[in-house]
Amino acid sequence: MSDFTPTEMMTIAASRALTNDDVCFVGIGAPSAACNVARLTHAPDITLIYESGTVGTRPDVLPLSIGDGELCDTALFTVSVPEMFRYWLQGGRITTGFLGGAQIDRFANLNTTVVGPYEHPKVRLPGGGGAPEIASNCGQIFITMALSKRGFVDKLNFITSMGHGEGGNHRERLGMKTRGPTRVITDLCILEPDPITKELTVVSIHQGVTREQIVENCGWPIKFAQTVIGTPVPTDTELHTLRDINARTKKAHQGNKEAA
Amino acid sequence: MARLTSLAEAISENVNDGDTVAMEGFTHLIPYAAGHEVIRQGKKDLFLIRMTPDILYDQLIGAGAARGMKFSWGGNPGVGSLHRFRDAVENQWPRPLEIEEHSHAAMANAYEAGAANLPFAMLRGYIGADLTKVNPNIRQVTCPFTGEVLAAVPAIRPDVTIIHALRADRKGNVLIEGILGVQKEAVLGARRSIVTVEEIVDELNPPSPNSVVLPSWAVTAVVEVPGGAFPSYAQGYYPRSNAFYIAWDEIARDRDTFKAWIEENIMKAGPEDFARHAKKAA
Repeated sequence: MSDFTPTEMMTIAASRALTNDDVCFVGIGAPSAACNVARLTHAPDITLIYESGTVGTRPDVLPLSIGDGELCDTALFTVSVPEMFRYWLQGGRITTGFLGGAQIDRFANLNTTVVGPYEHPKVRLPGGGGAPEIASNCGQIFITMALSKRGFVDKLNFITSMGHGEGGNHRERLGMKTRGPTRVITDLCILEPDPITKELTVVSIHQGVTREQIVENCGWPIKFAQTVIGTPVPTDTELHTLRDINARTKKAHQGNKEAA
Repeated sequence: MARLTSLAEAISENVNDGDTVAMEGFTHLIPYAAGHEVIRQGKKDLFLIRMTPDILYDQLIGAGAARGMKFSWGGNPGVGSLHRFRDAVENQWPRPLEIEEHSHAAMANAYEAGAANLPFAMLRGYIGADLTKVNPNIRQVTCPFTGEVLAAVPAIRPDVTIIHALRADRKGNVLIEGILGVQKEAVLGARRSIVTVEEIVDELNPPSPNSVVLPSWAVTAVVEVPGGAFPSYAQGYYPRSNAFYIAWDEIARDRDTFKAWIEENIMKAGPEDFARHAKKAA
């Protein structure tokens, strides 16, 4: 097995969370890479949906935006954005939502809105986009983001999309019937919510990573599950697939340098 | 019936200072040429509406054309921040920007309610989300049949909606294909509408009986502007210039390079330049 980077391990571990039967609402960036690696390896019949309305898309290069022409060209069909959010997402047709985020807390709530107070933000982030309703309407949610103190914080300034809220049965109390975040895949380890408290705990550690590294890179005192396994290293097929699609993507996005 | 006209006339006749303006297009078919004409004509105090402000609204905000903005995702897709939008919110430059922030689902529903001539939209949304605490336009409504409490947002009824489409015929009937976004809803919910198109043809020939067509009598003005969606794209005509979206990050990061870019590429340019940009991208 050749060497691999932590980011490659993260993307591949994330791709393994998906199955052939999933109907997956795909966030842009890291989630999009993971979903397409899954499609090109163990889950060829997975249905990938992007919020631009493209359903059953099979992009040859990863899209830079949520609505690149590549997505529409390779989709089974394309619907309007109101139809996407009303019939397919709110209609309960999506098994899995795959999100990234700027900040996450121990109950897998996400912030992509502001750092600092909302009215006078220190950093104004892009905002929620589709995330608030993806988080509540998909059957379950996977999240992928690199583990760092900046990203994994003790307290969020703003809850853009709710994960497990204050923990425990908070989702149920708000009337939600979906499972919420069930797995968070980072570059060092995989986290899952504790079955009762819903606090994210480490269940799998990537090769070469120590428990100390994980503790040091998390903004709250992170807990480890009773049984922690070692994440299987990437297979040759997984690595080749990921590197190929990344290379094709880089080439495609640098294609036309002329500025308006 | 839609009037076939020039871009300068369409904007000067239909966009007034202070108007609520929606320029839509979800990544695809963003009406850049029309937005640049709005900047060139010095329109001001606009309240802008758009799900994904994108580079176009970064330009309008940085140029000082906007007093406020209603939106649901304000980034440069796949690249990072919209620096002019951030500068306006974080530092009030070049002027303070009032924001009304929603989720995509709420905006999409609100456009649809506007097209349907309803006062508000409802959705099963915003559950546990903090936007409900900072946006007084996110409220609740109780289902009279089941008692379920749902989120409610006001319908979007712009003074004027501006979109870019693939083609129109000489009567002004408009065809949209590919990623459709909320353009149809945004036009039907608006008092006035401007549609720029890649080309005007003798026969529209919609490819299917279910094609998305905006009839001439539902549109105010139609303008032929080849390349008018560049650096976004027009399905079947030219691809998205992802390279420009990446380059914009540097241009917009600094106020001076931004101002120089606006001067060179908007104030000293015209709609006819877009055909050249799009041709290079194709």
